Amino acid sequence: MSTLKLLIVDDEPGIRSGAERVLRNFSVGYPFMEEDFTFEILTAETGEKAIELIESKSIDIILLDNKLPGIDGIEVLEYIQKNEYDVGVMMITAYASLDLAIKATNYGVYNFVAKPFKPEELKTSVENITKNLYLKRMTQSMDESGEGNRFQFLSVLSHELKSPINAIEGYLKMMKDKQVGVTIDDYKEMIERSMERIKGMRSLISDLLDLNRIETGHKNRNIQKLDITEIAKTVIDSFEPMALQRNIEISMDGDDDIYLNADKNEIEIILNNLVSNAIKYNRENGKVYISLKKKDTNIYITVEDTGIGMSKEDTELLFQDFVRIKNTQTQSVPGSGLGLSITKKMVELYKGKIEVESTPDVGSRFIVSIPAV
Amino acid sequence: MDTKDKKTIFLVDDDVDYIFQMTKTLESMGFEVISACGQKEAEKKIDEIKPDLAIFDLMMENKDSGFILSHRMKRKHPDIPIIIATALTAETGMIFSLEDKDDKKWIKADAYLEKGLRPDQLYREISKVLKL
Ligand SMILES: Nc1ncnc2c1ncn2[C@@H]1O[C@H](COP(=O)(O)OP(=O)(O)O)[C@@H](O)[C@H]1O
Repeated sequence: MSTLKLLIVDDEPGIRSGAERVLRNFSVGYPFMEEDFTFEILTAETGEKAIELIESKSIDIILLDNKLPGIDGIEVLEYIQKNEYDVGVMMITAYASLDLAIKATNYGVYNFVAKPFKPEELKTSVENITKNLYLKRMTQSMDESGEGNRFQFLSVLSHELKSPINAIEGYLKMMKDKQVGVTIDDYKEMIERSMERIKGMRSLISDLLDLNRIETGHKNRNIQKLDITEIAKTVIDSFEPMALQRNIEISMDGDDDIYLNADKNEIEIILNNLVSNAIKYNRENGKVYISLKKKDTNIYITVEDTGIGMSKEDTELLFQDFVRIKNTQTQSVPGSGLGLSITKKMVELYKGKIEVESTPDVGSRFIVSIPAV
Repeated sequence: MDTKDKKTIFLVDDDVDYIFQMTKTLESMGFEVISACGQKEAEKKIDEIKPDLAIFDLMMENKDSGFILSHRMKRKHPDIPIIIATALTAETGMIFSLEDKDDKKWIKADAYLEKGLRPDQLYREISKVLKL
């Protein structure tokens, strides 16, 4: 159990004692947090007194009224920002004008609670600001210790998991309220979209498993001499049904006897990602062409398509976690934005390289080269 | 509501399903909706349209896409109110980090909304900024 110092700044004694009563035995828990937070409550009836306490007591959270007898809330905020105190501030106001709201937000105010507030409202706000503060501090300390990326990853991941849930929930609500009609057929599109989003989540989960594989490292790897041509054939077979749906033709050629000492699953993941993208981002009646070549000491795996392609600036971002190119052509294609980053990591496990050449509306070519040692 | 008084809302988000659902909700409140999926598409549209209100998602292609759009929009039409809708702080704890104070002046949104509001709350917020 750790304790946060929470300062209530208001000139009305009733608000101070009311808030104190509500928060005295309140605690906040959160999946990311190892322990619950409780609050030590301090109060101030003026801005001047508040500043005094901020200076002497290392306050964590402030509930701040704007209209105060001496200096007002905005000035307290200004002071906090100027001195870069690490506090979370919440405004409690009877009426927040837009001007005040914008000013306060620019000074980093976390949110607003309207007076008079219900105990539950106050608790929810304090809970949110506590989480926010905790996460902010954690990010900072992780940035310092180099673990920031991991946290960033988790943040984006939870966002990516929540978006489909929100979308599906939204559709279910519309159905529950019979918003667009009374028969199930009126909701056909919504049902289809929901299934799409579920599919997306499923592929995200399987991508996460692939990532986990990379991160847990060598433990489960089974390196053996693999016939790459044969693996590519199985991969193509597994994608035929998906390609057929849009009448896309997959073809392959290349040298025989392409062997690589590698883990079969990992090579499959590389090929799966490239081939599935070549189909997903293709057009009706398009083509996918896979070539396997050996040149000098390298093996080249090329996957080419006649799809939507992408601009030069987009190609530069592609291999990062969660990057998806958003435009009208890609918006209904499900995906996690992890596929290519996984592919790149896998390729690098084999000291290889992956490159892309692409022209919008013409197609893309992904080239993987791996040393065949 | 008379069609000619119908207020037009410019809705930008990177989630097609969110756009679909919000469009339906806003239309049922009597608004006209023009939408764009993502920052890039929105940037193109900003030059072509003159809505009565804009609602921007914060995190799209960039962490601060919503602010960038606000900036563009205010430069073109200083009087059109803008709402930034985000699930960001509460959901992911990710803090948007505009690099410096100058950038912060960019934040010219007129209101901030948490995503996932109930329709009546949403309507209240919209009415407030539209001064209906
Ligand atoms: N063959 C391709 N043609 C055009 N765009 C592609 C292709 N492959 C990938 N992309 C773009 O790169 C983005 C990232 O790909 P990826 O990491 O595999 O994630 P996703 O799960 O979104 O497919 C995709 O969202 C897509 O916009």
